[in-house]
Amino acid sequence: MTATASRAEEPHTGEREVRRATRSTDDAYVAGVAAGLARHLGVPVLWVRLGFVLTAVLGGIGIAFYAGLWMVLPSDDSFSDEAPGLAGATRAGKRPGIQRRFTDLGPMIAVGSLGLGIVLMVETAFGRGALFWPVVIGIGGVALIWRQADEAQRERWLDTTQRLDPFRALVGNGGWAAWTRLVVGGLLILIALGVFAWTSGAGSIAGEVVVAGLFGIAGLALTAGPWVFRLASDLADERSERVRSQERADMAAHLHDSVLQTLALIQKNAGDATTVARLARSQERDLRSWLFAEQSTEGESLAAALRRVAVEVEDAHHVTVETVTVGDAPLEQGLNPVVQAVREALVNAAKHAGTDRVDVYAEVAPTAVEVFVKDRGRGFDLEGIADDRHGVRGSIIDRMERHGGSAEVRTSPGAGTEVVLRMQRTPHKEEER
Amino acid sequence: MTTSVVIVDDHAMFRAGVRAELLGQPGAPVDIVGEAEDVTSAVAAIRASRPEVVLLDVHLPGGGGVEVMRQVGPSDTRFLALSVSDSAEDVIGTIRGGARGYVTKTITGPELVDAIRRVAEGDAVFSPRLAGFVLDAFAGSIEVAAVDEDLDRLTEREREVMRLIARGYSYKEVAKELFISVKTVETHMSAVLRKLQLSSRHELTRWASDRRLL
Repeated sequence: MTATASRAEEPHTGEREVRRATRSTDDAYVAGVAAGLARHLGVPVLWVRLGFVLTAVLGGIGIAFYAGLWMVLPSDDSFSDEAPGLAGATRAGKRPGIQRRFTDLGPMIAVGSLGLGIVLMVETAFGRGALFWPVVIGIGGVALIWRQADEAQRERWLDTTQRLDPFRALVGNGGWAAWTRLVVGGLLILIALGVFAWTSGAGSIAGEVVVAGLFGIAGLALTAGPWVFRLASDLADERSERVRSQERADMAAHLHDSVLQTLALIQKNAGDATTVARLARSQERDLRSWLFAEQSTEGESLAAALRRVAVEVEDAHHVTVETVTVGDAPLEQGLNPVVQAVREALVNAAKHAGTDRVDVYAEVAPTAVEVFVKDRGRGFDLEGIADDRHGVRGSIIDRMERHGGSAEVRTSPGAGTEVVLRMQRTPHKEEER
Repeated sequence: MTTSVVIVDDHAMFRAGVRAELLGQPGAPVDIVGEAEDVTSAVAAIRASRPEVVLLDVHLPGGGGVEVMRQVGPSDTRFLALSVSDSAEDVIGTIRGGARGYVTKTITGPELVDAIRRVAEGDAVFSPRLAGFVLDAFAGSIEVAAVDEDLDRLTEREREVMRLIARGYSYKEVAKELFISVKTVETHMSAVLRKLQLSSRHELTRWASDRRLL
């Protein structure tokens, strides 16, 4: 399974997090309960879906179970914890937002016809009770309204700028889809009530039951309405204020820590073009990574360590180091020599190659790590370097071989240099799961 | 040959910078026929001037670069995405939206001209970072039943080409390293681009699904 494979690649940091089941929004037919449950239990989603369908046919337990989980499981879609720059771009509408297309239609038709099939099957098998059709129609109506609640919740999450009010909590940002779901859902429930009254008693009672139901709802809304309304608006105020003040505090702290300090330094060194360029470059990198990249240089993974080394060399030697990593691994003991060898190769390139750009590419496979450090500089004659020069031979080739890896230097005068580092990985017990 | 270009970016200063840099290149390889600052004006500018290549910012008021490509629809104009954001989700999303390549805003003038020329000729442009994203996206196993052999896997050769690009090799260097022609390298790149745009792999869709880029 892809999910477990990618989880194994994640660096192990600190204690285990408590795993919580969530409803899956990207693999949902109805509400994502089955997909979320399958992910939580680590079983194929088809089994879970079949389980729900079977238990739904045999007495309806599946439906009740599904509904219960729908109510209590949170959606996996939540307030985005994106980097500030990305979140800001989203809020300003500079990134693509939700665009409902008819992609949902296929699964809906499938689920619909499957549901109808089940209903007909149960009906032919057990006969038609008085309760049967009202219950089926009622379930359909409730499901539609719940679905709309999910949609509204998702829209609220995407939009933290506007005030929340009970109307928006129900309808979301409006649109025909939202209204259709609400109206059809409500109608289905009313029809269910009506059919129940009609099949169980005289037809005249049906109308009265529906009217009585409506009156009940209206009464409830009148008495509880103001209270709900105030609660919701208080909550919304509190939430938006908290979000705003947190954002302001984060932003202020970050600007103070980094940008202000750099500007002060630049003023002090205004006469020195190299220093100014270096400060500007490192500040740019810092701000950019804070705003956009989820790739941090913190934490104990190989990719983070390589990025850290690249930053250090950039700062110390005024070159641009472009780091690309594929896959990642925890920075276990065996990989430290690789990082040190990379640093040595980078320093060599920065000092001797006479170029202002070095590319680092690291690929982490389950069994081995490969890192390539390439520059387009002047290159050198590998045979020609003196034995007492420790750079390449001692710090790179010997170090890698001492630790069970290998290093290869591909270079010739005028053709640039590429250092290829390979290290076997000792498979982790945990990762073999 | 002069390539007609429209620059779409919401920062006027950046547009001015790119314009100066492109026009300053020797041999006038690029003719800038329009500029735009958001989705609406970009669509209007592209429809009016029918450029060969659009330099398209990923983040753009009105729904992002993807929205521009969606509204312009099928045409002979080709899109090269240009961004300061290195977020994999946005980059992959823009490629899946129809861009023929992705470069970061720190790219040098001559490299940008080269990228524009390649895109105008119908080739794909992969920066080392994009190649890394591609390798990441196509790494890992995939449920065997769900594999579309043509789309969901890179061939061994395509993977080699992508790895060399990620290592910082130019097209010419890749060709030399693998003993193939530059034309063949370009063919492999276009094949990878097609897979990136059409594959239904879960890793690709997961990046895009939150924002409904598909």
